[in-house]
Amino acid sequence: MNLSFTKDELAFRDDVRAFFRAAVPADIREKLIAGLHPSKNDLVRWTRILADKGWAVPHWPVEYGGTDWSPVKQYIFTEEMSQAPAPAPLPFGVNMVGPVIYTFGNDAQKKRFLPRIATLEDWWCQGFSEPGSGSDLASLKMRAVRKGNQYVVNGQKTWTSLAQYADWIFCLVRTDPNVKKQLGISFLLIDMKSPGITVRPIQMIDGGHEVNEVFFDDVRVPADNLVGEENRGWDYAKFLLGNERFNIACVGVSKERIRRIKDLASQACFGGQRLIDQAHFREKVAAVELQLKALEITQLRVLANESKRQKATQDPASSILKIKGAEIQQATSELLMDVVGPYALPFQSEEDLEPPIGPGWAPSIAPAYFNARKVSIYGGSDEIQKNIIAKAVLGL
Amino acid sequence: MDFDLSEEQRLLKESVERLMLDSYGFDERRKYLAEDRGFSEATWKRYAELGLLALPFLEENGGVGGGAIETMIVMEAFGKGLILEPYFPTVVLAGGILRHGASRAQKVDLIPAIAEGRMKLAFAYAEPKSRYDLFEVETRAKKDGDQWVLNGTKGLVLHGAVADKIIVSARADGASRDKKGIGLFLVDGNAQGLIRRSYPTQDGLRAAEISLENVRVEAANVIGDPTGAFPVIARVVDEAVAALCAEAVGCFAEMHAITLDYLKTRKQFGTTIGSFQVLQHRAVDMFVELEQSRSMALYATMMAGESDVTERARAISAAKAQIGQSARTIGRQSIQLHGGVGMTMEHRIGHYFKHVTMIDTLFGDADHHLRRLASLGVIDDE
Repeated sequence: MNLSFTKDELAFRDDVRAFFRAAVPADIREKLIAGLHPSKNDLVRWTRILADKGWAVPHWPVEYGGTDWSPVKQYIFTEEMSQAPAPAPLPFGVNMVGPVIYTFGNDAQKKRFLPRIATLEDWWCQGFSEPGSGSDLASLKMRAVRKGNQYVVNGQKTWTSLAQYADWIFCLVRTDPNVKKQLGISFLLIDMKSPGITVRPIQMIDGGHEVNEVFFDDVRVPADNLVGEENRGWDYAKFLLGNERFNIACVGVSKERIRRIKDLASQACFGGQRLIDQAHFREKVAAVELQLKALEITQLRVLANESKRQKATQDPASSILKIKGAEIQQATSELLMDVVGPYALPFQSEEDLEPPIGPGWAPSIAPAYFNARKVSIYGGSDEIQKNIIAKAVLGL
Repeated sequence: MDFDLSEEQRLLKESVERLMLDSYGFDERRKYLAEDRGFSEATWKRYAELGLLALPFLEENGGVGGGAIETMIVMEAFGKGLILEPYFPTVVLAGGILRHGASRAQKVDLIPAIAEGRMKLAFAYAEPKSRYDLFEVETRAKKDGDQWVLNGTKGLVLHGAVADKIIVSARADGASRDKKGIGLFLVDGNAQGLIRRSYPTQDGLRAAEISLENVRVEAANVIGDPTGAFPVIARVVDEAVAALCAEAVGCFAEMHAITLDYLKTRKQFGTTIGSFQVLQHRAVDMFVELEQSRSMALYATMMAGESDVTERARAISAAKAQIGQSARTIGRQSIQLHGGVGMTMEHRIGHYFKHVTMIDTLFGDADHHLRRLASLGVIDDE
């Protein structure tokens, strides 16, 4: 038993760290540290830098442009990227639809889509949730009816992140309404430029425009864009959702936030004392740090077991990563609220930050706190995660 | 990075777990509790036969040469079994003092006796006013010719009454909260002037308050530097905390298993209560705490031998704080999910609940360690 990385892994970490230090454009880095969102252009710029290095999709098989890194190295890579900080690559392509395509898609689809996903030439978004199908995803209703070599799609998707930038959307659609709900779903790739698609923004409580409603009105989709077999889409969706193992806990993201908290708490001074020197605050930070340490070790346990387990079985400990990771991310957003104090109050949109009202670092903090509520809701809410653990792990 | 046990460690784990299954059922445990000393001398002999009492000592001293991982394995199994014997005070605490502080002659004298099960030890570190500060020592040690004379009161001495010898921390120099000036003195359990008041603890173990009145200790029975023993105490206690964390994880795992079993078998409203979502989610909350605690116990184990004292202290405090918090969460839920039967002495669950609650109070509760962590700064993230 041994907690340390091997020499080879440590050397790898140093390489990766040095690369991120040199390669992340300064303006993007500063934005991230300040808690602001990278723009579309920022993300494209960053993805191209990664792609030039050959690191845009390290977790993909080598034949599709990936690497042969071990799970531990992939973890190190993601951690270092979060802590640099560098923008996380757009997950809808590289983490979601990409692996579905190279696992279940046909050769034409692989050739057409995978290279453009890796370089972010195609911006993908995810069409899963519907107004009536949130946690009960399999009840989705958006219809796709086969007519000749096309599907005709009618219905609505919602919570579609960054659809305003998207070139493509991967959708779960109902192709058979007369069978058990999970057995009548297909996985369809749809060009966002298709006639009949309307994107309507949803403004979130932080004031930002992150998600959208997407309406489909007699949208015609070539049958070639069906992934795998008709009515097997639920299997592919489960694969997609279970595919996140290396950064679901977001340990690196939270580490970076804690560094930020400490940095700002050294600047914030009241009652004649820096906040960082106030015992009550230090204890609150320590409480979060120790939970993060425990989560990191749990994550490492899962990783260390990864190579030894059969593909089909999941380490029971992995099931807690999302719940605990979300809790800690939210806790860091709360600590930042403690740091900022009264100058949390002024609202300044990200497009209108100059001149700052109050400290320059203050405006993003309350919105980030509001926004962080999402992490225990998306990707299977805490409650759904607990249902799954109760059934699959505890046998209840 | 590797969380696997070696072949030898796996065998050790199997043999301790088998021993627990064979000799530590709930009814047997009740019988041991009713014995004079509150534990089973027969089982103590089994520990000796299996080499468990020799576990952490070097082979050249009559030991087995195990490290922190071996201790973790044994303590976790003992947690599951909820054992009553004075393994922790004898082997982990006093044994640790001997390993890190004793002279060769002292080791030769004592370790084989411990390993063979002939001698039990206790470590009297606490005092009525010291709370969790190991350096707050008011018991005085005064040099008198070749001898030392001890005066003072030590409290909460785990299994102090059955100890053949007691290692006492006492101040040879300095003021009551100085880290310098503290020595360790090996005192015979029946020494003239030593009075032990034995009592049961909340969780059914035994402890003693000990008063020392002009207790004379030969120079040969001073362990290490009579004014410079604090670093040894700190090191031994950090190791012991790692061991306690492992014991707690053994308890937590069993508490979770017992509770799950109850949820799957207890029927109300015509169905098993484990079919109710509210209760399922609480069982998951317990599981999350268990896994986080397991991670921190592993972390503590691997950091127990860290040579950088501050790094070691941070890791140990983080782990103990986690264990203390989980003891509350898992403890509360495990009783609540059992309902009324969880409140009774006849059911196992309450005994685990009490034990993990008492573990929180040993060597610093969650609050204490959170404060220590906050004062030491970050946990190193490298």
